[in-house]
Amino acid sequence: MSEYEAVIGMEVHAELLTESKMFCGCKVDFGGEPNTRTCPVCLGLPGSLPVPNRKAVEYVMRTALALNCSISERSLFHRKNYFYPDLPKNYQISQYDNPIGHDGWIDIVVNGEGKRIRIRRVHLEEDTGKLIHCGGHESLVDYNRSGVPLMEIVTEADIRNADEAREYLVKLRAILTFLGVNDGKMEEGSLRCEPNISIRVKGTEKFGTKTELKNLNSFRAVYRGVDYEIERQEKVLKAGDRVIQQTRRWDDNKGITTAMRTKEVEQEYRYFADPDLIPMYFSPESIEEQSRQLPELPDVKRMRFESQYDIPSYDAEVLTSSKPYAEFFENAVKLGADAKSVSNWMMGDLMRLLNAAAIDISECKVTPVGLAGLLKLIDSGTISGKIAKSVFDEMFESGKSADEIIREQGIVQISDEAELYPAVDQVIAENPTIVADFLGGKEKSFGFLVGQVMRYTKGRGNPQVVNKLLRERLAKVAE
Amino acid sequence: MDLYKLTAHELEALMKAGTVNSRDVTQSVLDRISSVESQVSAYLTVTGEIAMDSAAAIDERRSRGEELSPLAGIPIGIKDNICTEGTRTTCASKILHNFIPPYSATVARRLSDAGAVMLGKTNLDEFAMGSSTENSAFYPTHNPWNLTKVPGGSSGGSAAAVAADEAVIALGSDTGGSIRQPASFCGVVGMKPTYGRVSRYGLVAFASSLDQIGPLSKDVTDCATMLQVICGKDPQDSTSVDIPVPNFSLALKNDVQGLKIGVPKEFFAQGVRPEICESVWKALDVLKSLGAEYREISMPVMEYTLPTYYILAPSEASSNLARYDGVRYGLRSKHSPDVLKMFMRSRNEGFGDEVKQRIMIGTYALSAGYYDAYYAKAQKVRSLVRQAYDEAFKEFDVLISPTSPSVAFGIGEKSDDPFQMKLADVCTIPVNLAGIPALSMTCGYHDGLPIGLQIMGRSFDEETVLRTAYTYERNTEHHRNRPVL
Repeated sequence: MSEYEAVIGMEVHAELLTESKMFCGCKVDFGGEPNTRTCPVCLGLPGSLPVPNRKAVEYVMRTALALNCSISERSLFHRKNYFYPDLPKNYQISQYDNPIGHDGWIDIVVNGEGKRIRIRRVHLEEDTGKLIHCGGHESLVDYNRSGVPLMEIVTEADIRNADEAREYLVKLRAILTFLGVNDGKMEEGSLRCEPNISIRVKGTEKFGTKTELKNLNSFRAVYRGVDYEIERQEKVLKAGDRVIQQTRRWDDNKGITTAMRTKEVEQEYRYFADPDLIPMYFSPESIEEQSRQLPELPDVKRMRFESQYDIPSYDAEVLTSSKPYAEFFENAVKLGADAKSVSNWMMGDLMRLLNAAAIDISECKVTPVGLAGLLKLIDSGTISGKIAKSVFDEMFESGKSADEIIREQGIVQISDEAELYPAVDQVIAENPTIVADFLGGKEKSFGFLVGQVMRYTKGRGNPQVVNKLLRERLAKVAE
Repeated sequence: MDLYKLTAHELEALMKAGTVNSRDVTQSVLDRISSVESQVSAYLTVTGEIAMDSAAAIDERRSRGEELSPLAGIPIGIKDNICTEGTRTTCASKILHNFIPPYSATVARRLSDAGAVMLGKTNLDEFAMGSSTENSAFYPTHNPWNLTKVPGGSSGGSAAAVAADEAVIALGSDTGGSIRQPASFCGVVGMKPTYGRVSRYGLVAFASSLDQIGPLSKDVTDCATMLQVICGKDPQDSTSVDIPVPNFSLALKNDVQGLKIGVPKEFFAQGVRPEICESVWKALDVLKSLGAEYREISMPVMEYTLPTYYILAPSEASSNLARYDGVRYGLRSKHSPDVLKMFMRSRNEGFGDEVKQRIMIGTYALSAGYYDAYYAKAQKVRSLVRQAYDEAFKEFDVLISPTSPSVAFGIGEKSDDPFQMKLADVCTIPVNLAGIPALSMTCGYHDGLPIGLQIMGRSFDEETVLRTAYTYERNTEHHRNRPVL
């Protein structure tokens, strides 16, 4: 047991899924030719003025409500002043005194134990442009991202280890994707997380010197980065050195953090209320309206899945960890498929294939309709469970329906007794010794005979029918 | 007939009657510019060809019998801190010496939609910071009444252009008196509408919570005509207010019967010259003789408006002017070995002394350790100023004061004394802090230079201000006087 404990607060920046930017009509999109989605406003041209995106404000309010926050009756935009070439006005429109949401929480479960992570604030700001360093003395700036609505979610320093850090983020991501306010794509940078980490001797109150971690592009990176950083700080302290207040970058390949910049002095941002924007007032009615529009959130959905579909708690947890999973599951069930089967297929084969292909379920070629169709073929006895697995692989590969695949490959299950008799008779004729063993009471031999029939039918024999016929015939032989 | 001498409503009548067309008018004003501009220097850019093209287009439309706006075919000047697509917009600063906006300000668009003919861009104090137009990075403008005097500022180019008949009407911007004080110095009508009445979209920001665009004209009728075109909610400016724009021409009534006028005595102290006070009191008596009542009142908070303004305006400016960094447009220092030096040197080479001073004051006032002592406190005083006006307007319909403590001063006379220079705005600044509308018009002369009368009104009650001004104008002759050039 370490004598130290970590104290971690998490800052998350989530790009909002609005059609247009925060303060102008430019389209929000990923990629594209540099500086093609810009206008006088997001380029900060002289004389241009910001007009807030109503949708973005609603999204932040909805998120704040989903995170159990209080909504400020009066919320302001502030200017955060600093010079940087990717910041066209050399100030960022952000929020300071009166964020849209404040004082909420998220409950997480780590190793079977519940824990509440308090949310300090949820606020709205604009994203910056992107610098492209071309080597030598020149850099280029792409302002396509400039002015994209960005939501910042800040926790209290309630997180104590890498497990909690990851679980917090898993939960937050699930909530954001359920709300439809963010796409949850950490690898593309539309969901960015920056933990502030310090350590202190257990039982003491005073915070240690913190470092901030950047470049954590996956849950795994969050876990490893936080874990590494805690250990690094412990080593520093044990060696009698002091932790330096820094921003550190996680290197996922090397598995280490390296110093990016040191900031011993608090930056001077000269915050003041942006005089170009008027205060936003949120009436109890408008808050109520947004509350009503909240979808079912992961926790509630998980409990409902457990009780309504009678699936294991772990399955329900996984299926409600993201909106596309939960929707896939329920859509397949709505089409008449058995919930437990759908869950089993999703938890097993589907996830295996998704992981192997390293793609998201939203990019998956198998649809709920497809899976329900496959399950129907199994239920009706058209194909066996075993065949179904290879059919599913093919569906995942090609996107074809199960019907199509079995028609093309001629793998329809044979349930017709007349078609199966010849094979059964042949197997009995060719294996007199085994038949004798069986009739002598060796039940195990029966399995071998079934296998032989399946071999003759190239696996297409309906196992139940084959069983029945074989027993009938063997009974006759015994007579 | 010297068309350039006429007002917009006189010209409109002639054009409607078919006596003259917009090309005649525009040519006349362009010729006037050719003959006097070397003495006045009102413009930074004259767009003669564009003007003649748009005049021809209006004539074409008029000949087809189209219904046209009262400003159609009228040649106007636009202050060079208002963006005009394709036409250089410099803010009289080296840092924007080569800036050609890819878009037009909402007011410029509205004027062009109304068929107004843009003659060019008028001179100003750099980024509208100043009271004499001497802070222009390019050259000072001269007062048409006396070329050794300043035209006032910062809209000195627009005021001088109208006074010298180099434009029929002009647009200015007013942050602390920048329309009214030059209007006063140049003997024209200048009005700052209520904050939020006119879109600021495309007005290069100095102090966003105080800036407002307004007209400078030869008489009150033209002022109302211009207001009609530029006022109204703009979806691109969140601070523009969505309340109906009245028909201002209906406010032009020769009637002040029963009008209650407050005369705040603090506006007659603080170094206001006796000849100015005397002239304003005379004007008040004219209004009284026409049926108005006036009474002297006290607004003690006015003592603090100058320091309040000189905290708030520079604070906002320090942030508004941060974008001039040499990255995307404007001046980039040739000596830019790295990005930080590029920022610092471009700004050092591009900004003039006054602008630098205000950026430094504002940066200081917003800094963490000083914010409460300066910026936050100034905001509180600003609320008190608003309250003081609210209180006064419970009793009075308008308040009247001098526009400026003196007539136009000499070029170079105050440029070494920034404090004296700033005192020139003492009567106009409170209006911006409160956001109310106010108009300046001539009420007399001293040493051959015009004296300005300031009429202040309730928020969004431009009509009563206009009616008061119109009545005074109809019963006096000052507006008929023109400088001799």
